[in-house]
Amino acid sequence: MSERVLVAMSGGVDSSVAAALLLEAGHDVTGVTLKLWGGESDSGCCSVADVEDARRVAAQLDIPHYVFNFTDDFEANVVTPYTDAYAAGRTPNPCVECNRTMKFGRLLDRANAMGFDAVATGHHARIGRDAQDRPVLVRGADAAKDQSYVLYMLGQPALERIRLPVGELTKAEVREHARQLGLRTADKRESMDVCFITRGGKEAFLGARIDRAPGPIVTTDGETVGSHSGVDAFTIGQRRGVGVALGERRFVVDVDAPTRTVTIGGKDDMLRNELLVTEPVFAGDPPNGDEAVLVQVRAHGEPFLGHWRGDRITCASPQPRVAPGQVVAIYRGDVLLGGGIAA
Amino acid sequence: MAYLDHAASTPMRPEAVAAMLPFLSDHPGNPSGGHAVARAAKTALEEAREVVAGILGCAPNEVVFTGGGTEADNLAVKGGARAQRAAGRDGVVTSAIEHKGVLAAADRLATEGFRVATVGVDRGGVLDLDQLDAVIDDQTAVVSVMLVNNEVGTIQPLTEVVARVRARAPHALLHTDAVQAVPWLDVARPTADFDLVAISGHKFGGPKSVGVLVVRDGVKLEPQIEGGGQERGLRAGTVNVAGVVALATALRITHESRVADLARVRTLRDRLVSGLAEAVPDITFNGDPAHKVDGSCHVTFAGTESEALLVNLDVAGVFAAAGSSCSSGATDPSHVLAAMGLSRADALASVRFSLGYASTNSDVATALDVVPRAVAQLRSVAAA
Repeated sequence: MSERVLVAMSGGVDSSVAAALLLEAGHDVTGVTLKLWGGESDSGCCSVADVEDARRVAAQLDIPHYVFNFTDDFEANVVTPYTDAYAAGRTPNPCVECNRTMKFGRLLDRANAMGFDAVATGHHARIGRDAQDRPVLVRGADAAKDQSYVLYMLGQPALERIRLPVGELTKAEVREHARQLGLRTADKRESMDVCFITRGGKEAFLGARIDRAPGPIVTTDGETVGSHSGVDAFTIGQRRGVGVALGERRFVVDVDAPTRTVTIGGKDDMLRNELLVTEPVFAGDPPNGDEAVLVQVRAHGEPFLGHWRGDRITCASPQPRVAPGQVVAIYRGDVLLGGGIAA
Repeated sequence: MAYLDHAASTPMRPEAVAAMLPFLSDHPGNPSGGHAVARAAKTALEEAREVVAGILGCAPNEVVFTGGGTEADNLAVKGGARAQRAAGRDGVVTSAIEHKGVLAAADRLATEGFRVATVGVDRGGVLDLDQLDAVIDDQTAVVSVMLVNNEVGTIQPLTEVVARVRARAPHALLHTDAVQAVPWLDVARPTADFDLVAISGHKFGGPKSVGVLVVRDGVKLEPQIEGGGQERGLRAGTVNVAGVVALATALRITHESRVADLARVRTLRDRLVSGLAEAVPDITFNGDPAHKVDGSCHVTFAGTESEALLVNLDVAGVFAAAGSSCSSGATDPSHVLAAMGLSRADALASVRFSLGYASTNSDVATALDVVPRAVAQLRSVAAA
């Protein structure tokens, strides 16, 4: 059945091919690029050059293309929480918040209001059906490029209205498809960084927005071994930049924003048997505590086995501590069940 | 299909297209040259200059051809201010509702140490003259107030601006961006006492990227583009002969047919306004109707988002605009509506329908068929 689909086109190859695949499947396709941040930047996800690429691809595919200015909401829902989290000693995941509030929040709502049947993106993930014929998110066909983790928050109502056409393809197949169509984005390099930090890097970006204050670096024994200029530079598990010369490799094992204390320790000090999870969401029923589920705590991290206990994961074997603020995604096989935020 | 975006760009007058074609084919000369082929181009250029001067009420040597309205504004504002820096005058005054060609030029001057003041407008989008009085003095170098606003179509009180500026800021250069005014007003009259006047070809049936800055005799500007000394040294670069010839032709046709065009467009615009008012509940029209050009219909559809509405209008063949477009194609929240005191939500729910000489009964009928349904659809979902 032909649908009216609004495709979020970032100007990258994945969303370009997503639009092409929907068109080839006979759908009525419209492209939209979200202007999310700033105006001068020319390397971020929403720079003028990327908008031009998206517009050009849309023209090559002969579909209409528009630009929506979501800069206000992006600042409020993605950028401010990002800086607030670092100021509080947490490690945010801005791409997740953008998916939650922008692409599958405001854009999905607007598409609905405008009469579109669905919103599509170029994410590498698939939407399948469970035994009760309810939609479920499934890892993308290209395991190395799977992005189901950053979509952990999608509930069934959203999944019913989302299309992820490139999830069935490997990245190489996506590029090949773009090349065959002569799309100008076919060989465009992937964006890897936080899209709104385009100049000067993360430290300068945060420095301009956070009231930094120095604090001590202490060992797990409580011994002060150095100092730092602000907690926002530290993430749990971080090795680099601890800036103290001790005999063995040291990791950041805790960041306490109220006292501005950064605690470092050895590898064993990192290990935990459980992981507290806040704001849990599940597309269907949460897994039963008896079931061994797969737990993933980084975008392309290796999942480990654990059990969901309502507000925490108990790990089948000790795992390195997860930085507070990071997404904890829970899978059964390749099916994403849901997840939450590490406390 | 209903093209209701004449304030963004107008279709070219057929006479203007015909006038420029020979200079894209038969006459390759550079008007700066000396031989017969060059002279043909030079003759056409100077004839065009005379036509423009006659209509804008200036001498031919006061007409400086530029690469469009924004360039003319930049030359006037930056060139006028920078030329007076040595004399110690550092004040730059603009209205809050100027086109970005003026506002961005003023922003640049602020980074160079000029004092930039912005004069507000009332709820109807008309300049606050008392505020103007308060920010001008004998150190003011440039005052820039547009003749007709590009978003809400309001006509600014230029006669009063002249009186107040000459009384309080005797050294100030007076510039007006008259880009939006040409189809609607006999520009020569309200701008007669201005030192600098900018117009742009594509707003009145001429081509894009060609404009005029009237620079009155004796007015000193620092050139912003330097090179071969064309256009009295104020705008270097080979003049776009074909474009200038077409601009002059479009200006002449617009001027000659203005009275008839206005009566027709006003009737169409009024029908659009009353039709929308009847068919769409909770609708507000922006821009003081007592000071508004005949092609302008600017509407706030409370409870909608113009970005979404414009897409659905586009799909249905009604072509309108919101705010001012930036280079990415995104719509930035309108600084004009903000200056008029509209709430942010209302500003983002506003659409500009701009008619022009090419508008027809059918355009208005299409709009009146499509717009009420599109607004109702968006509102029904927003309310659900």
